[in-house]
Amino acid sequence: MGSSLPWENLETPLESQEAGLGQGSIIPTVCEMCFWKCGVHARVHDGKVVALTGNPDHPLSRGRLCPRGVGGIGSLYDPDRLSEPLIRVGERGSQEFRVATWEEALDRTAEGLRKVADQYGPESLALFYHGAGGSFFKTLFKGMGTANIAAPSYAQCRGPRDVGFELTFGEGAGSPEIADVPNARVMALIGTHLGENMHNTSVQDFSAALGKGMRLITVDPRYSVAAGKSKYWLPIKPGTDIALLLGWANVIIREGWYDAAYIEKNAVGFDKFRAEVAKYTPEAVYIETGIKPEQLIATARELAQAAPHSLVHPGRRVTWYGDDTQRCRAVALVNGLLGNWGQPGGFYMSSSIPLKQAENQPPVPEHQAASDRPAGSYPYAGSVLANGLREATLTGDPNELKAWMVYGTNLPMVLPDPRKTLAAIQKLDFMVAIDILPMEITGWADVVLPECTYLERHDDLIAPWYREPYVALRQPVVEPMGNSKPGWWMAKELGKRLGLEQHFPWETANDMIGDRLNASGFSAAQQANLYKKGVILKQADPMYLPAGAPLDLATPSGKIEFWSQQLADTGFDPVPVYRRPEQPGPGTFRLLTGRSPVHTFGRTANNSRLLDQYPENEVWLNRATAVDMGLRSGDRVMMKNQDGAETGPVKVKATERIRGDCVYMVHGFGHKDPRMRRAHNNGGDDNALTTRYKVDPIMGATGYSVNFVSLEKVEV
Amino acid sequence: MTRTAHKYGMVVDTIACVGCSACTLACRSENEVPEGLSRRWVNQETRGSFPDLKMKIWSESCQHCENAPCVKNCPTGASFIDDFTGTVQVERDLCTGCKACMASCPYDARYIHPTGYVDKCTLCHHRITGGLETACETVCPTSAIVVGDLNDPGSEISQLLRKRKFEQRRTAAGTRPKFFLLV
Ligand code: SF4
Repeated sequence: MGSSLPWENLETPLESQEAGLGQGSIIPTVCEMCFWKCGVHARVHDGKVVALTGNPDHPLSRGRLCPRGVGGIGSLYDPDRLSEPLIRVGERGSQEFRVATWEEALDRTAEGLRKVADQYGPESLALFYHGAGGSFFKTLFKGMGTANIAAPSYAQCRGPRDVGFELTFGEGAGSPEIADVPNARVMALIGTHLGENMHNTSVQDFSAALGKGMRLITVDPRYSVAAGKSKYWLPIKPGTDIALLLGWANVIIREGWYDAAYIEKNAVGFDKFRAEVAKYTPEAVYIETGIKPEQLIATARELAQAAPHSLVHPGRRVTWYGDDTQRCRAVALVNGLLGNWGQPGGFYMSSSIPLKQAENQPPVPEHQAASDRPAGSYPYAGSVLANGLREATLTGDPNELKAWMVYGTNLPMVLPDPRKTLAAIQKLDFMVAIDILPMEITGWADVVLPECTYLERHDDLIAPWYREPYVALRQPVVEPMGNSKPGWWMAKELGKRLGLEQHFPWETANDMIGDRLNASGFSAAQQANLYKKGVILKQADPMYLPAGAPLDLATPSGKIEFWSQQLADTGFDPVPVYRRPEQPGPGTFRLLTGRSPVHTFGRTANNSRLLDQYPENEVWLNRATAVDMGLRSGDRVMMKNQDGAETGPVKVKATERIRGDCVYMVHGFGHKDPRMRRAHNNGGDDNALTTRYKVDPIMGATGYSVNFVSLEKVEV
Repeated sequence: MTRTAHKYGMVVDTIACVGCSACTLACRSENEVPEGLSRRWVNQETRGSFPDLKMKIWSESCQHCENAPCVKNCPTGASFIDDFTGTVQVERDLCTGCKACMASCPYDARYIHPTGYVDKCTLCHHRITGGLETACETVCPTSAIVVGDLNDPGSEISQLLRKRKFEQRRTAAGTRPKFFLLV
């Protein structure tokens, strides 16, 4: 690696007004405090990042940032960062390591992976990853001959939503979501807590739409920030959303508030759908959901009257109850009734700038069969299931997994039932973890490779599908701290050791980026501009369908599938069916989780700047219920679930803002690794309480919100 | 009350604001505010009882009062109203850290900087006088914060205050704050 940063070779690092006032120069790059990937201007003075602001040229930031993006400095200068490669010395899990050289750590990693591949075959290797740097390790693992490559952002987060939309519209909901929020006149949120879930542009659009008078309907057991901005808050009984959604469909159909000609032209199976939803009358729905019939009717009317410029938002983390694909399909079907596909204020058509591989880059082999599920199960899984790889490691079905690489995802706090994760790790011959902080997962590894942060490295080019297509550049703005290294460098070095050099035919990631830009046909001027401005922009394709144009969808019928033949053929409900969920018994509460706007999962729990704004998570408890239990805000409780799993002590927040049958906490606190000094034992770990989880039979995602907890006051 | 060349004030749109704290963090970077102290903070106010609730969220700071009790109560003249911008400022070299201003501020906007003087929001004086937005206004993902010259009827802030309903904080204290909440 050269020591000089690439932008230092530019004649003029970006000149901005701001550079004239604050000291230092401004370098554009891309945020990775979450995975939205906004454009950032880093102000660097004396080799230190002093401020992070939004890149005005970048379509996902529009000059603005969310708090985590601004507070990225706290992650960069976190004194607890991993700074040296580590090799385990004690028993696995004893958390005893010695510092190693890169040479030794990489040799050991290559040897560990190769041995397993030689002895058990490449199908016994698995890569878990989250984040942009994962691309280099994906190349490595595909090169080694395995398809066992999983990001928990699928089966632990967005997967059911995308499958529900694919089964209905032939297309997933995208990331960024293709919801045309800025033009919506009415929007319904099903548990989605925009404003607390703080993806920058999605919240920008949300607030802008509210400013233009968008009427909001928020369905949430908790009075979220979004609920506080809503015309209607429907405090639904947890687990009953499908009944509510089908109730909306029932009312809209019964009242004739839909465009019959549109449905005639663009839908299949509508009559069967109508017959199926006939039983979800407002009165029947009320009994299940607790939402009064007049509220159901009024909100259905709001949605229908504004159609097609109204929508039910697809949500993002939707892994709740194990029937999530069907719930998301019900969301899609209400949208189908609103006729909003391809319409302003509904769902827009995204575009992207296609990137080509460099000419010297051989295609990596794509392997079909992953070891993440027994043959025939979860037929609609569209990506490899991270939980499935863990399951195979434990059971040997369909085959044993013997080596894991874990890149940037803290599996003990990510996959439900952490006991299983640790048991699976104990069955491995080899495990390597790549991370920035000493997250819990690193404590279980045989080798730990310290990565530098997004502000200290290149990653591959970023070119998502969005309303404005663009290519963005992540480039280092300061040198890596300590002995940490970028992921691309580690992957290339491992490639050398594993006989896979041909997949890394470049000296540096910056060379690779240049090769890709050339292969994709960008001119020298465009490329120079990318380094200077951080983005290349392109005119969007048309975002909307002409009014009245027939839909041409990627579903088997080419139409909106109100009744799904494929689901019927594979043994699933062709129209979503509501089934009453189990309810918590007396003295116990369903555990719900969500996000704080200043934190990203457990990844930021040691960032002092962000902790300054949200120091620890609390357990939200209905105030009247709290009074009955003799609990007050600020009391500390241990939380215990139905299986005896515990976390805490956690602070109580007694509040009117939640139903009495559930409790809520922000995910990602209560870390157990003492090497993260601020995060250690700070707040509660909701994931420790997910010893029960329900796997979606359609596509294999893990529903978390099926745990019932009790609270016990402790003196601290 | 002296008439100043400009009269800079701030509005925060409570319909747009989600209380994310990006403003507080951006202020920290821009103004090198030590961790643990803040020139801005976020309020969340919920009224009513389940399920009939109302919530108001806003980001807040020094209100740059026209009739500023901190200025009146400062024994050394360190706290003053800037002639050019009409904002309330602290001259660090004159401040002895006696805290009289802190005691008199109804908004609790001031704190003692570890180096001994009293500190607070300057309305990014160094930026607005250079024609830039404040750090908080620039970063705000919801565009909830607007800073501008109340003397200029054409400024965005003046227009917003004509068009929209607004409230002010603790006006009974007679402080004449230049901080407005759009509701
Ligand atoms: S939403 Fe926030 S954390 Fe995520 S990429 Fe954008 S600025 Fe960074």
